[in-house]
Amino acid sequence: MIERDGIASENMVKAEFPTKEELQKPKAVIECYKRIPCNPCETSCPFDAITVGEDINERPVIDFDKCTGCGICVYNCPGLAITVFQLQDDEVLMKIPYEFQPLPEEGTEVNVVNRAGERITKGTVHKVQAGKRQNKTALLHVSVPAEHLYEAITIEVIPHEE
Amino acid sequence: MRITRHPILQFPKKDPVPFFYNGEKLYGIEGDTIASALHANGVKKLSESINLKRPRGFYCAIGNCASCDMEVDGKTNVRTCITPLKAGMEVKTQKGKGRLHGN
Amino acid sequence: MVTRECVVVGGGPAGLTAAKELLEAGAQVTIVDRNERLGGQLTKQTHMFFGSEKQYASHRGIDILEYLVQDLGTYGDRLEILTNTTVVAFYQDKVLGCLKDEKYFKIKAESVIIATGASEKALPFENNDLPGVYAAGAVQTLMNEYGIKPGRKVLMVGSGNIGLIVAYQLLQAGVEVKALVEAADRIGGYLVHASKIRRLGVPILPRTSIKRAEGKDAVEAAEIWSLDENWQGIPGTEKTIDVDTICIAVGLSPLTELLQQAGGRVEYVRELGGNVPLLDENYRTSVEKIYACGDVANIEEASSAMVEGRITGITAAQDLGHEVENAAFRIKALQHELHDLRAGPPGEKVRQGLKKREVLA
Repeated sequence: MIERDGIASENMVKAEFPTKEELQKPKAVIECYKRIPCNPCETSCPFDAITVGEDINERPVIDFDKCTGCGICVYNCPGLAITVFQLQDDEVLMKIPYEFQPLPEEGTEVNVVNRAGERITKGTVHKVQAGKRQNKTALLHVSVPAEHLYEAITIEVIPHEE
Repeated sequence: MRITRHPILQFPKKDPVPFFYNGEKLYGIEGDTIASALHANGVKKLSESINLKRPRGFYCAIGNCASCDMEVDGKTNVRTCITPLKAGMEVKTQKGKGRLHGN
Repeated sequence: MVTRECVVVGGGPAGLTAAKELLEAGAQVTIVDRNERLGGQLTKQTHMFFGSEKQYASHRGIDILEYLVQDLGTYGDRLEILTNTTVVAFYQDKVLGCLKDEKYFKIKAESVIIATGASEKALPFENNDLPGVYAAGAVQTLMNEYGIKPGRKVLMVGSGNIGLIVAYQLLQAGVEVKALVEAADRIGGYLVHASKIRRLGVPILPRTSIKRAEGKDAVEAAEIWSLDENWQGIPGTEKTIDVDTICIAVGLSPLTELLQQAGGRVEYVRELGGNVPLLDENYRTSVEKIYACGDVANIEEASSAMVEGRITGITAAQDLGHEVENAAFRIKALQHELHDLRAGPPGEKVRQGLKKREVLA
């Protein structure tokens, strides 16, 4: 149970996803399961696709018609709770927030983990956005096999070489 | 034990600051407190408890708990976690209660 | 002895915003802080804050500190900042005894704002005095202010926001977090913080606590065990974890000593963190022209501390006879911000505590 171990169940996760048709274009999936006082996802979205509302404790609701999967909400979310997904043939392209050094190199292979931190597959880093706009929350574009759509969530931290 | 790479913060190279710990010459860096310099050198035990002589280190690191008291340049009960390190300081493990300065 | 119009004791988020409001209203303000620089807990907060735009949500604590300090930039010599200065005494005639570089001096203040924050609680367990057992905030200070790793392998005790956030920051500093244990049967802080560390491989163990620390001159291992519904350890469930650092994140206690010295009434309200000042809704204490705001008033977040500071600053300025433009409207809007921050489930404890305090006051 997420309140006990921090891991969202399969049903909870799937409930936040758009349909597979909608996922032909990149879409943000917001995993903010409990009400907390917070609304940067709403205020940072340039397309007004996310609504929290007057009471900033309300859980965010996303309009998948307006969402372009740009990823701005991903690096503005203080809880790092948003990921962008897109289905492309037999792969899913993810945009994930990453706040570690060293950053992976574009074109390299990485270990991808599920919400319990277990390694489930390898992925490829296609792009690393780590400029001023990201303000130290880098946006990694990672592709993994499509079968892991609902499980893959982030990459294993790349260790420092000391 | 110093952090060189950090995703949010910068830790630029700083000038070394020499000091003495129980007679041994060690180096901290500019900006260190005595406790942080000792910690960076692997010294975690800072004092001994008064009766049972149990090892003590810092706890709160911001000057509230007095667990980090040491003898510095002859003065006892110095809260090393908030005292800036200065070159040439003589830092000693405090054993037992301190004595009032000047006594 | 020097005389000052308003002294703000503590230059953290609450003190800084209170000072700004007072300066804006035309008061002379002296900020006294025992640290080398202003900022209080903000100097170590590398993570993005929550709340709304008004509380700088999604900005990092360390950056918010810059904004607050910049805000103080335009008042010339009406603003006096005394750092490395500890207020060691607060007499009933509003005289503050201050210590700086071994020199003692006194300030007589017309008005005083106590914004001294809180200190970390300790946890009783065998060998909890071993070097290597550190408060979570201490570990944060070591890493984020001095750039030093507290150790190589950490056990985090406590799943409130501080425990969850510091566990994440340890990972960012390249330190392994072996596990996070929580005595209750559920995670205390925001679930998004918990999910963040869980997916990075940190096990979160509810109904588990630390039984004893092991080691000769420093921590070498920790023994944890499961707890039953009565918070008692269950013999036979002990497990030893190989760690060299044990981080204690079990809550904060307001630092109300100075206020008490000056005669301010303090009562025990568990939900607000322990012994807290009795306050009216604008942060006036039981002594005229003495105020308290931020963690010293009630243990919460830096976002609420900043809002409380503003309300307090406006109130103190008016009580001193200064005119504050649109004061009533602004205070109402700020009270509304606080209400919004506290309206959801995480704010329930504070809401209950505030009700209790209202009854006592």
